[in-house]
Amino acid sequence: MVELVTFSLLNGVVYGLLLFMLSSGLTLIWSMMGVLNFAHATMFMLGAYFSYQIGRYIGFWPALVIAPLLVGLLGGAIERYGLRHVHRHGAVAEILFTFGLAYLIVEIVVMLWGRNPIENRVPAVIDFPIFTLFGTSYPFYKALMMAISVSMFTFLYLAFKRTRVGLVIQASLTHPQMVGALGHDVPRMFVLVFAVGSALAGLAGVIGGFALLTEPNMAAALGPIVFVVVVVGGLGSIPGALVASMLIGIVQTFAVALDYSLLDLFRVLNVPVSRTSPLHEVYAVKIAQAAPVIPYLLLVLMLILRPRGLLGTRET
Amino acid sequence: MSDGGLGTASSHRRSATEHDWLRHYGVWVAAAAVLLLLPHVPGLSSNFGRSLLSQMGIATVFALSFNLLLGQTGLLSFGHAVYFGLGGFAAIHFMRAINAGLPVPMPLVPVVGAATGLAFGLLFGALTTRRAGVVFALISLGIGELVFAASRMLQGFSGGEEGITANRAIGPRPFGLNFASQLQVYYIIAFWALLAAALMYAFTRTPVGRMGNAVRDNPERAAFVGYSTQGVRFIVFAVAAMFAGLAGGLHAINYEIVAADAVGAARSGSVLLMVYIGGEAHFIGAILGAITITWLQVSLSDYTTAWQLYLGLFFMAIVLFAPGGLAGLILMHAPIVRTRAFAGVLGAYVLAAIPAVVMLTGALALLEINYRLSTQPEAGSRMKLYGIAIDTSTPWPWVAAAVCLLGGWWVFRRAWPVVAAARQRAADEVAGHGEWAAP
Repeated sequence: MVELVTFSLLNGVVYGLLLFMLSSGLTLIWSMMGVLNFAHATMFMLGAYFSYQIGRYIGFWPALVIAPLLVGLLGGAIERYGLRHVHRHGAVAEILFTFGLAYLIVEIVVMLWGRNPIENRVPAVIDFPIFTLFGTSYPFYKALMMAISVSMFTFLYLAFKRTRVGLVIQASLTHPQMVGALGHDVPRMFVLVFAVGSALAGLAGVIGGFALLTEPNMAAALGPIVFVVVVVGGLGSIPGALVASMLIGIVQTFAVALDYSLLDLFRVLNVPVSRTSPLHEVYAVKIAQAAPVIPYLLLVLMLILRPRGLLGTRET
Repeated sequence: MSDGGLGTASSHRRSATEHDWLRHYGVWVAAAAVLLLLPHVPGLSSNFGRSLLSQMGIATVFALSFNLLLGQTGLLSFGHAVYFGLGGFAAIHFMRAINAGLPVPMPLVPVVGAATGLAFGLLFGALTTRRAGVVFALISLGIGELVFAASRMLQGFSGGEEGITANRAIGPRPFGLNFASQLQVYYIIAFWALLAAALMYAFTRTPVGRMGNAVRDNPERAAFVGYSTQGVRFIVFAVAAMFAGLAGGLHAINYEIVAADAVGAARSGSVLLMVYIGGEAHFIGAILGAITITWLQVSLSDYTTAWQLYLGLFFMAIVLFAPGGLAGLILMHAPIVRTRAFAGVLGAYVLAAIPAVVMLTGALALLEINYRLSTQPEAGSRMKLYGIAIDTSTPWPWVAAAVCLLGGWWVFRRAWPVVAAARQRAADEVAGHGEWAAP
């Protein structure tokens, strides 16, 4: 039992940190520009594909740096040459632009790398056990994932609180017009935020690509969950995104490990349930099977009970 | 603003002359006649043609219901397939009950779909329509994912990946019809599609439909006048969900199978594509989009495996360059058709079309070659493109395609100002003669 809890907790934290790296960029983009960026998860996917391709030529460590930078450049270019022009057509056009972009990027990835998962194995340089617990060894790359995400969070937090650019970005989250009136270049801030957010997603893709399957569907599988994190954490709140990512990461990982259903509960409580009962199928669903539903249930509950999210300051 | 529609828009006078009757209902009578004759037109009279028409009918109902949300009320939903799919599931289970002996004729099955759509529309609408804009979009996405994940979980209800099947030919036979042939199914779908389209059009004319426009354009003012913006959104949402459920019911009859993908994000996305490409600001746009996209989906997939990429590019082109969609493009020309400068506009179009076609030919060649090499590497480097045998291991196909693409683009950039100038001349002529006022 202790073993199960420990490893579920460790895996949950790794998954949660991954979600955090994706959602921190998204929450900034959203609260600053009001754009629901559907293409954000595709940046994650591009990070994984780029690092695979670069890693084949010059090895993992350079790829770890170059792939996120490329994705960041791409993100900045998307804002500068795409979104900015769509902006005048209104919020719906902006969402549809990112939606169409996400669709296109997936198709372009299919065109370049094919429809099947690529063999994005954990590179040998980071694939060795770091410690052994209860007879099971814990791989180094998962520890590396944790270290990178945590240092990313520290870096972001300090950059936000201590640097001039960070303070200007914080101000433009709530008062973009005022910041512009004070002479700061808000459009350039937009490009910067978009580029940094995309680069973070790309970085998450580099280190998360091994853990998940690197395939064209990975963006569609992860994208909606990242939106859930942003809403649950609270719009524009980096600490909120961290808390919500951890929550969802850990809850989902534990749920997968739990092989119980409502029927088991009824058995313990001595409530008889007949096999012909119309809800028998609902009762028989194991928690492990229900794991994919949990984030969305959380989203709906959150929007009903606390629309501003866990740590948000304004309503989503 | 969004009156466009079927040409009867601006007339609210209710004189009982025959001329007015024709103006109000003539379009629908004509549509009924066309729908009646279409499956017998050569080219469409095969089983394939009738099946295509049936798919178009289903897509039209679904797209129109989405247009009630996006076009009429400004609600961008990423989970509209929820109501389509749940309606479809209810309908397919109802069809199984009919197979088992329930004495209800098959053509009434879509009513069950519509009722289910309405029920879930009321349930989820109460949650989602509290907010508009981006938050509504996000919640609809969440509900869509929730329902999709839940229906994959409940295998008995959805049948999982394999889906639930039924047989439309087993059941009561009114007038001796057994609904086995595609023609009979087409007529069921055409009947319901026409009825649904007429009802939805009528709905946009009702006070609540009109208030939907107000809530879309200026929610503060609508609220200030005394309307509940949430109430208006809720009613429109429930009605849209009902018609989506009806489309789901038609889907169940047509395919005799409904699987979990019927509630999935891909279907929600494709109806969004249809309505936006067709033109969300116009009632006719949704119909245009549904027909165009269905046709593209069916026909393009025969020619190329990259058709989804082309659909995405088409969508992006509309978002970037023609936010009014196809209907917007067509209606843009309505005021200038009768001007003398219109011949000049057409000439400029032909002039710009030549480099555009060259550019597209080059782009398509590059995409096709790349797609082929990455998705079917085992097929080797020899392939046929535009009927020409080429070998992609030599540089020539690549060079030729790149020259077409870049050269076409370069010329097109220079031809476009001619188009803009010709349009400006036509617009000036319209403004000068005041022809806009009396079409």
